[in-house]
Amino acid sequence: MRALNFLGTVLLVSLPGYAVQGDTPQAASANPDNAVLMQKIRDLEDRVIALEGEIRQMKAQEAPVAPPAAAPANAESNTHAAGPTLQSQVPTLGAVTSGTGTQVVLGGAGGSAAKALNPDISAIGDFISVAGHNPVQPSPSLEMHESELGFQAIIDPYARGDFFLSFGEEGVTLEEGYITFTALPRGFVAKVGKMRSAFGKVNTLHNHVLPWVDRPLVTNNLVGGEDGIDDAGVSIERILPAPKGIFLEATGQLFRGDSGTQQSPVFRASGKGDVSAVAHLRSYRDLTESTNIDLGLSYARGHNNLGTNFLTQLYGIDATLRWKPLRRSIYHSFIGRGEFTWSQRQQLPSEQRAFGFYTSGDYQLGRRWFVGGRFDRSDRSEFANLTDQGASAVLTYWPSEFSQVRGQYRYTRYAGNIDTNEFLMQVMFSLGAHGAHPF
Amino acid sequence: MRRRSRSFRFTMFVASALLLWTLALPIGAHAKKVTVVTSTTDMAALTQEVGGDKVSVESIAKGYQDPHFVEAKPSFLLKLRQADLLVVVGLQLEIGWLPPLINQSGNPRIQVGAPGYLDASQFAEILEIPQGTVTRAEGDVHPLGNPHYWLDPDNGRRIARGIANKLSEADPGDAAYFQQRFQDFDNRLTAAEQKWEGEMKPYRGRKVVTYHRSFPNFAKHFGLDVIGYVEPRPGIPPTPTHTLELIQLMRRETCKVVLVEPYFDLKTPQSIGRETGAQVVVYLPSVGGEKGVEDYFKLFDYDIDLLIKAFSATR
Repeated sequence: MRALNFLGTVLLVSLPGYAVQGDTPQAASANPDNAVLMQKIRDLEDRVIALEGEIRQMKAQEAPVAPPAAAPANAESNTHAAGPTLQSQVPTLGAVTSGTGTQVVLGGAGGSAAKALNPDISAIGDFISVAGHNPVQPSPSLEMHESELGFQAIIDPYARGDFFLSFGEEGVTLEEGYITFTALPRGFVAKVGKMRSAFGKVNTLHNHVLPWVDRPLVTNNLVGGEDGIDDAGVSIERILPAPKGIFLEATGQLFRGDSGTQQSPVFRASGKGDVSAVAHLRSYRDLTESTNIDLGLSYARGHNNLGTNFLTQLYGIDATLRWKPLRRSIYHSFIGRGEFTWSQRQQLPSEQRAFGFYTSGDYQLGRRWFVGGRFDRSDRSEFANLTDQGASAVLTYWPSEFSQVRGQYRYTRYAGNIDTNEFLMQVMFSLGAHGAHPF
Repeated sequence: MRRRSRSFRFTMFVASALLLWTLALPIGAHAKKVTVVTSTTDMAALTQEVGGDKVSVESIAKGYQDPHFVEAKPSFLLKLRQADLLVVVGLQLEIGWLPPLINQSGNPRIQVGAPGYLDASQFAEILEIPQGTVTRAEGDVHPLGNPHYWLDPDNGRRIARGIANKLSEADPGDAAYFQQRFQDFDNRLTAAEQKWEGEMKPYRGRKVVTYHRSFPNFAKHFGLDVIGYVEPRPGIPPTPTHTLELIQLMRRETCKVVLVEPYFDLKTPQSIGRETGAQVVVYLPSVGGEKGVEDYFKLFDYDIDLLIKAFSATR
């Protein structure tokens, strides 16, 4: 309706212009101001025509899929049986093509309007190829490591929904699927569903936004491997009052208590009471307009695979320093990161206390090139006296925002002096509208 | 076991302290002024024009920053959580950074579709709306049309009117004030427009090349002819082949001005300038791109001054 009103207005404005053109063509060409006016009128005319076309198109799309006009009166029958609903659509199709009557739209469905309400759909491909021998953590030579499907939309004025399905070459997992309540009172933001927990920084990141091909050793040894702490539950976060210029945010999360991959489990719920909890406190400060620092404290607690009586607790500190000059923000940037994790795992005969960390730096050389390095060191959670360490060098090329080629050289010295040298190649590509990730 | 229970008690203590702290907060006290956050400085400038001293306005992006690539820093959340009104450029210009900020803000007033969310593109004349199928083979295209629409004074007026109406809704007590401010802005803009148009008149039909497609509304309003772009496709950095083609095109068409946004590298534009004898001009697409360019009028003054110098030097 609004479009029609607008069309009407534009027509009214442009009609007098027509008259001018028709009556006094000579005068118009003589007076340059008039010529400008004429040009504007002509442009308006074009826009009216374009609008008319658009409206025509919208109408055409709307018609065939419009819901039955008779059905709403009988809404209950729709829910009870599919039969009548299907039948009632048949006469409607005829009714619509005859072009009469007002169409009643049920629940936002119908034609182009329904299409417009589809969620943003994206697919991200992550192909990894690995050369080199690794007896401890073997990886396939060529692998379509992950295909991530994302569905994201605003649900209603109070919430939005995000789904990320992760397809391996075989098998699918729900990487994340949650509703975010954005309109809660007192500045609270709540999430319900399955989500990557707020333990540290890397744990929150999807594979495709990592600055490396793999995840750090400390993630593999202590924080649940590639999947990390990713579980079904509830999350509540809120920005806390803080001195001016400092951003402080607290997150509290409660999960069922099952996290980690098969190779590196963190939490396992043997009974309904074996829930796990994660708490995160984040502080952030702009040092200058181009430099900022981000510090986090994390804590996680849950029951491990030995049973209800065995707890695993994780403590974490993360620090990120970012630099990005605003005037040349698309050409140069630097991110330095570090995460330090302590694990206390109750097991027999004695509790294991392990520590691990990584530090990394990534520098953007130009619009399309990034170079980075990472140092890794971590004990193993079940055998804290065994320590693995390693280092990586990474080079990334971005043909565009939507694809990326990355090479990583990885040296690892596993406990027991097992040295490995590997070369990892990754190609990533993104289709469709993938929502931006939090900073 | 003793140590565990102690650490558990400690975390419980910290958690409950945090909870108490959060709950003890006063409910976001509404100041007399309407707090407006805008995504870009141009929207902030227009809001300031019509809002006067009844609003406090802050922009997230800086004027010299590429508005496509703003970092979604948490410090912006501090601004957003206080905002009564969020004015965005729309047409997916901010798609890469604004949505997570809005989600995390914990501010129901400015959520998409809420009364405090204003997409200014609904008021403006939008150019370059793609027809037919859109694919990313064309680069980082904006499927809803070119979002750099504010560089046309007529659009500036339309946006300002829209913002004034929105402010009147948000603060009905000051509606008359906002409408009067808009009338005043309208009058000043009309006068300025006549001046700018007079200044630009001798150069109507002049050909220019721009780095990014951020100039169509300005070019249309002032009758300039954008014949090419330094970027081969929107968002794709210059390639040697395309640069060569562009140089040949500029020679054929005798185009003598290359306009570059302040956030792009000048290397390719300068080599194009050397090859074709064209002037490389760093123009400002947004308010606040340089010191002293702090309102909507000064933005046009600055750019038109630059253009006139470049055009008269390359006559």
